[in-house]
Amino acid sequence: MARVVVDVMLKPEILDPQGQAVANALPRLGVTDVSSVRIGRRIEIEFAGAPDLDRAREIADKLLANPVIEDFTIHVHEDATAEVA
Amino acid sequence: MRIGVVTFPGSLDDGDAARAARIAGADVVRLWHGDADLHGVDAVVLPGGFSYGDALRCGAIARFAPAMDSIIDAARGGLPVLGICNGFQILCEAHLLPGALTRNQHLHFRNRDQYLRVESTNTAWTNSFTGGQEILIPVKNGEGCYVADERTLDQLEAEGRVVARYIRGNPNGSQRDIAAITNEAGNVVGIMPHPEHAVEALTGPSLDGLGFFTSVLRALAGSSAGVNAGGHQ
Repeated sequence: MARVVVDVMLKPEILDPQGQAVANALPRLGVTDVSSVRIGRRIEIEFAGAPDLDRAREIADKLLANPVIEDFTIHVHEDATAEVA
Repeated sequence: MRIGVVTFPGSLDDGDAARAARIAGADVVRLWHGDADLHGVDAVVLPGGFSYGDALRCGAIARFAPAMDSIIDAARGGLPVLGICNGFQILCEAHLLPGALTRNQHLHFRNRDQYLRVESTNTAWTNSFTGGQEILIPVKNGEGCYVADERTLDQLEAEGRVVARYIRGNPNGSQRDIAAITNEAGNVVGIMPHPEHAVEALTGPSLDGLGFFTSVLRALAGSSAGVNAGGHQ
């Protein structure tokens, strides 16, 4: 089943306090070479029929992302099983 | 005057908002998110809470509720609308107000009594205050950090659309200490702190919140005499 994947990220100029909190925690794991962490959201959409990128873009633009603070990208993901690994 | 208070699944402060409107002297009409009929109300309050469990983003799902379709149309036509906390988030998601409310910069939920300075009294919801008046009302949010691009912020400032600012400490990192803003017409106001929790001596830190509700009654009385309910110029 082909899915459309929408990746939503905060715009670069918007502060991401969650990402900063994660970045600040990394030294506790012994990781000291990470300079920045940004957290976004991945949304998978399955259509009843063939994946419809235009429709997905409309959904993303109207609901999944807030264009004031977020950008999104869309792609079709063909192989569902490879994702699990 | 009839003030409608909308209940969404996950609204918390609809009861207090209704009570505050009633104490101010309004007839309260409880509105349901799934009902597009606004039942002839003269103004609407979108209350605080966690509509739809804050799924996706705060206010993102509520914006598409049938009641909101009607409220968005009516607000564009001048209906006074006050969004408190989650209601403010819904108004931003509905693009009735610019900008967005994001996660508090320090990531902590903030719940305290908060001083504000009323910056604009030219709105349907703040005309009972005096310009520069300092008020004390509760703030309680996890995602109350107001953000907008610099151009939008400058425009809000230049047009006198910053309605209230945090003073004596910014609880969430909001840009330019913004606690409340209005639309161009002054009929739609979004505020992050909770005026509806400061209307009675028994439970509130002050009675300062009452001014928001008496303001709209005054604006409505004025509009029935031929003055625009949104007094902002």
